[in-house]
Amino acid sequence: MTPHGCDPPSLSCRDLVDLVTDYLEGAMDPATAASFERHAHDCPPCLEHLEQMKLTVRAAGGVSDEAITPEARSALMERFRDWNAGRGG
Amino acid sequence: MADEIDAEREERELVEALKAGDESAFATLVERYHPSLVRVARSYVGSEAIAEEVAQDTWVGALNGIDRFEGRSTVKTWLYRILTNRALTRRDRERRSVPFSALAAEEIDGDSAALDVERFLPADHPQWPLHWAVAPQTWAAGGEDRALAAEAREVIDRAIDALPPAQRTVITMRDIEGFSSEDVCNVLEITESNQRVLLHRARTRVRAALNEYMVDQ
Repeated sequence: MTPHGCDPPSLSCRDLVDLVTDYLEGAMDPATAASFERHAHDCPPCLEHLEQMKLTVRAAGGVSDEAITPEARSALMERFRDWNAGRGG
Repeated sequence: MADEIDAEREERELVEALKAGDESAFATLVERYHPSLVRVARSYVGSEAIAEEVAQDTWVGALNGIDRFEGRSTVKTWLYRILTNRALTRRDRERRSVPFSALAAEEIDGDSAALDVERFLPADHPQWPLHWAVAPQTWAAGGEDRALAAEAREVIDRAIDALPPAQRTVITMRDIEGFSSEDVCNVLEITESNQRVLLHRARTRVRAALNEYMVDQ
C-alpha cells in the first residue's frame, strides 16, 4: 500500500519478466515483491516463466566438482618449490 | 555465518603457513581452488589450455605477492582478483587492457537490445498491453530430471560460451561456482546493480537455450 492507501501500480507480464532476477536476488522493496508474487500467483504463464528461471539456475549449478589433474598439481608444486628456494626457504 | 567465519580463519592460517614456506598449506589451497580458478579463467580466455596457464600464473602471482597479503580481503577474493587481472591481461594482450568494470559498463550500454521483447504484446495494445503474445511453452513433467541431465549440461555450456564476455564471467562465478553476489562484486569491482543486470541477461539467454531443449522432446 502507498501512503495514499491505494495499491502500488500493478506489474505487467513484461515487468515481471524484466524483474525476475531482482526478485530471485532479493533486491526488491517489499511492496514490489508482494506485487510480483501476487502477479505470479494469478498468472500461469508468468508462474511458468519464474519456475523456468529457477530451474535454469539450478541446472547451471549442476557441475560435478572435478579434482585437480595430477599434471597440474605437480607443475604447481614445482613452482612452489622454485618460489620457496628463491626466497631462501 | 559462523561456518563462514571459521572457514575464513582457517584460510588465513593457511596463508600464514604459506608465508613461512609450508608446502602442505599450498597443496591444500591448490586442491581447493585450482579447478574453480581454471573454470573462471576459461570464461575470459575461451581455451582450456590457456585457462590452465592463467590459473597457474595466478598461483605464481599469489606466491610472489603473499607477503603483501594483509587480510583486508578474504583469501578467496584476493585469489580471484589476481586471476581476473591475469585473465584480462591475457585476453587483451593485443589490445589495451581494460578493468572488468569498464568491460561491464561497455557491455551493459552496448548490449541494450531488450531481451524477450518479442514475447510480449506492445504497450499500446488496446486490450492486453505488455501481456504475453505467446505464452511460454511448459516444460514437461519430469523437467527437473531432464534439465539436470548430461545433455542439458552441454546445452547450458554452449549457451554460456556464446554470451558476451562480462555476462559469461558473472554467470560462471554466480551460478556455476556458487559465489555470493557480494563476492562477485568484490572480485570484479562492479556495483551490485551492474552485477544484477549482467546476471539477468546471462540467465535470460541460458533459459532461452535450455527452453529449446526442454520443449523439443
